[in-house]
Amino acid sequence: MPQVTMTVNGRQVMREVEGRTLLVQFLREGLGLTGTHVGCDTSQCGACVVHVDGKAVKSCTMLAAEADGAEVTTIEGVTPADGGMNPVQKAFQDHHGLQCGFCTPGMVMTATALLAENPRPSPQEIRDALEGNICRCTGYHNIVKAILAASGQDVSALAAE
Amino acid sequence: MYNFDFVKPTTLQDAIAALSRDEAMPLAGGQTLIPSMKQRLAAPSVLVSLTGIPELKGVCRADDGAVCIGAATTHAEIARETAAIYPAIAALAGGIGDPAVRNRGTIGGSLANNDPSACWPAGVLGSGATIVTNTRQIAADDFFQGMFTTALEPGEIITEIRFPVPEAAAYAKFEQPASRFALTGAFVAKFADGVRVAITGASEGGVFRWREAEEALGASFSPEAVDGLSVSADGMIGDLHGTPEYRANLVRVMTRRAVARAQ
Repeated sequence: MPQVTMTVNGRQVMREVEGRTLLVQFLREGLGLTGTHVGCDTSQCGACVVHVDGKAVKSCTMLAAEADGAEVTTIEGVTPADGGMNPVQKAFQDHHGLQCGFCTPGMVMTATALLAENPRPSPQEIRDALEGNICRCTGYHNIVKAILAASGQDVSALAAE
Repeated sequence: MYNFDFVKPTTLQDAIAALSRDEAMPLAGGQTLIPSMKQRLAAPSVLVSLTGIPELKGVCRADDGAVCIGAATTHAEIARETAAIYPAIAALAGGIGDPAVRNRGTIGGSLANNDPSACWPAGVLGSGATIVTNTRQIAADDFFQGMFTTALEPGEIITEIRFPVPEAAAYAKFEQPASRFALTGAFVAKFADGVRVAITGASEGGVFRWREAEEALGASFSPEAVDGLSVSADGMIGDLHGTPEYRANLVRVMTRRAVARAQ
């Protein structure tokens, strides 16, 4: 079995994996990082989005072996070391950007990647960035609002619906 | 999915050698192959990753002005790198799937797979690009040979795609909202010696050139030029997302939109 070494949330890990082990299985079952969710397992829903070398990817559609040598960040890794929440997570709470919360880890990871690339996105740019993240509670309006707020922009123009 | 041996060579030579193993398959971004393997539609015994080979990555400009894209370059990187030199291709790349898919999926993987609804076949055929492999150069007109079928021989690897840059070009697609593939997409490119129109998503034969529109647009490169044309529904894809007649109509509508966008 191939051995992989990667840095996950700042910590170096080394494990043997099967060729077919998906990155999401490696994170959840191998490392116990169950904050990354498996929704559809067909790369449609985005619940499994993590960052690999700073880029958002669907960890259900990437082999763990392909992440050998990479820096991986999961939802557990975006939380400040002293606990609490990062600004995107806080904005999701403040603006009710979640209902059941299943899609939230993927939403937060996608939003964080968007804001790193585009610090002041328009509501349309936020919606475009979320194309691959599905929320079954249909909470998109408040998710967009939360991301807009996390970018430091005024959300009053987006009326509560 | 069934298990397999995973190898990740760092040179093209090692990749070719690894692909000669029994039931070996190349793995690029995996955005189609991994889902296919989960469904057991593909069950290679060896997967040869092409993502660790530096010579297969990146965008450059050839002496003749062509835009050269390494086969293992991701859609996201192409969208960034070609924005200033071939904006129609940048827009096509930036509209594939969703951001996470664009960060993994590659142009070479998409072309080798030749999904009848993929965007790249339209951009490559519409541009009259050349597909370079480890053994030869293949003109786009000869490369696509029907749904999921290409001119590639077993073990042959796409290394680069060379796009001549047209005077004007644009891509327009009608998205299937769940899969984000093109229900029908049209890539239009105007060159000094004529116009090329490539249609994806519509035909059971995969990507094709719409010659009638090429002729009409060659005479007058305007959206109205295709108004009087129609496409037969014979041989068009029919499924729960759209009938053959619906797709045949979309061919004209998307071509018209692409021409308007290219103005």
